[in-house]
Amino acid sequence: MQHILGNISILTAAPVLNLGLLIDGVLIGAIFALAAYGLALVWGVMNVKNLAQGDFIMLGGYITWSLGRHGIDPLFGVAIAPVLLAAFGYVVYRLIVCKVITRDLFTSLLATFGIAIVIQQSLNLVFGPDTQSADAHLPVWQVAGGMITLSAPRLVGFALAMLLAAAVILFMKNSRMGQAIRATAQDARAARVLGIDTEKVYAFTFCLNAAICGAAGALVALVWNVQPFLGTTYSIRLFVIVTAAGIGNLPGVIAAGFGMGVFEEFGGFLLGAEFQQALIVIMLLGVLAYRQWQYLRVRQAVQ
Amino acid sequence: MTLFVRRNLPFLLIFAMGAVAPFLFPDISNEIAVLWLMILFASTWDILGGQMGYNSLGNIFFFGAGMYICAVVQIGLYYDVGMYTSGARTTHIVFTNAQYFTGFALGTLAGGVGAAVLAVAAGFILFGLRGPYFAIGTLGLAIAAAELISSWEWVGAASGISMPVFPGAPETQKLFFYFLLFALAFVLLIFLRWLYSTNFGIALNAIRDDEEKAEAMGLHTRRYKRTAWAISAAFLGVSGAIFANMTGFIEPRDIAFPTTTFNLYMVVMVLLGGKGTLWGPVVGAVIFHTLKEVTWTYFLGWQYVALGLLIVVTIVYFQQGVVGWLMEKYPRRFLPRGTQQPDQRAIGLAPQPEGAE
Repeated sequence: MQHILGNISILTAAPVLNLGLLIDGVLIGAIFALAAYGLALVWGVMNVKNLAQGDFIMLGGYITWSLGRHGIDPLFGVAIAPVLLAAFGYVVYRLIVCKVITRDLFTSLLATFGIAIVIQQSLNLVFGPDTQSADAHLPVWQVAGGMITLSAPRLVGFALAMLLAAAVILFMKNSRMGQAIRATAQDARAARVLGIDTEKVYAFTFCLNAAICGAAGALVALVWNVQPFLGTTYSIRLFVIVTAAGIGNLPGVIAAGFGMGVFEEFGGFLLGAEFQQALIVIMLLGVLAYRQWQYLRVRQAVQ
Repeated sequence: MTLFVRRNLPFLLIFAMGAVAPFLFPDISNEIAVLWLMILFASTWDILGGQMGYNSLGNIFFFGAGMYICAVVQIGLYYDVGMYTSGARTTHIVFTNAQYFTGFALGTLAGGVGAAVLAVAAGFILFGLRGPYFAIGTLGLAIAAAELISSWEWVGAASGISMPVFPGAPETQKLFFYFLLFALAFVLLIFLRWLYSTNFGIALNAIRDDEEKAEAMGLHTRRYKRTAWAISAAFLGVSGAIFANMTGFIEPRDIAFPTTTFNLYMVVMVLLGGKGTLWGPVVGAVIFHTLKEVTWTYFLGWQYVALGLLIVVTIVYFQQGVVGWLMEKYPRRFLPRGTQQPDQRAIGLAPQPEGAE
């Protein structure tokens, strides 16, 4: 309790620090928003809640990190990881996801949880349990007398995340496949009747999401760090973002992504870094309770 | 007399096997004790998951809660908990016979009651959620507990608590905890058979089949859901308290709230055996635990990967489970009398109407 009050007084005494936390939060939040968009996409189109989302991100992060270890600039990871992850996503889709799509939601949830465990444990065996971070040798600037740290990796990460998000959104709006995906999300049966190969749409959507995760993972490895078991935290974080915004609410998802980033920066500063995971999970319970209260007024259940 | 034997044949067999097993196989009596724990896990999960249709991914929360409540009561009765768990403690604390057993008895009781109370409280928040939201919410509950306990100094934070040492020979200790877990599992099975035959059990099935309709028929569904979870939690809490004393050491992430091991085993065992049946979870637990113990040493570090694959394969390709499969294949032999068709929803095969979720 004491040190929380102490931290609050630090923030009020030096308002510049708030700005620093805000900037950091927004920069990180862009990556969250990107990955959350992928989750919302699969959720909305295929009605599959992908609990392996965070582990896909970690996979992308480890690909980027290994590039750096083999003397390749990890910035290339942002291009390479999505390609590899899309291929991986296709395999996962063909072997597992396409078999559970028509079953009840718990089946797909549990199946993706199983995939998450396989990925976590494999990463742990191959790369070891240590926290790793890809270094792209980008500068870090100190602004306002060292009160605000502006790191180039974060700025680059932010710019790339925004760019990728814009590209995905434009693709969904204008391309033939994007239209087909949106049509399937609206009504799969009607889409089938009108000649859309929904099976292909599902496969493509899952691959697209895996590719988005790969890019997000590459950015995470660049600006933050990767660890085999961090995936679950990411999954829950993204789940919070999508649940808070509501599926199909794209501006909401992006805003909630930024909100989550800022919330975590401030929360981590006030409570200490060891509470970060607890904070995310409590946020999840809070959002679920809020959603439930919202629905209770119209006598419905959150489902 | 013969009628009694015929009706209760599985129970009598289990009782006989459980009672002689530690003497026949003294080397693996600990593994058999854990098998009873697994049966407890699977059967308590099935109360909600199979009979009521609420798939929880966080039932391990009550196991860990029972552990910690028991530890705090057991230690707190005679010593100061903060002092006992502090890393700086240099004195060696010994519990006398009377202190150990009174503490253990009261702690176990408190663990069970406390877990049930927590289940009712959590039910107020979580039972408005359906389907995957309920699963993720409960998973969040378990992870939150693990994280919060890991940073709570008073109960030893991430370094855990060394439980009071059992006063007696290691052999006696083994048998003592073996029979406690065995008795608890046996009582649970008898209790569940009775429970599923009452109106309460039928109400749970009604909630699984169509909650809106059940409510429209006048069932106070939330009250039923909370009670069912409290029953499940009470048994898990007691088993947690016993297991804490059996291993002698508790720790938040890997022993008390292991969300990716024990927590998932529960679900997998039930699915493997067949959910929504009394014996499915037992069969699943036996198969799963035996497989795990026998093959564990051959995987050289890849056990958990193999486990994840087993989960995926079970869920994708074999969801009706062994008992569900038998019911489908030999309905005459394995379905309860008077039932023409296997309960499709119970074994997870019912086609979901489009747009129902």
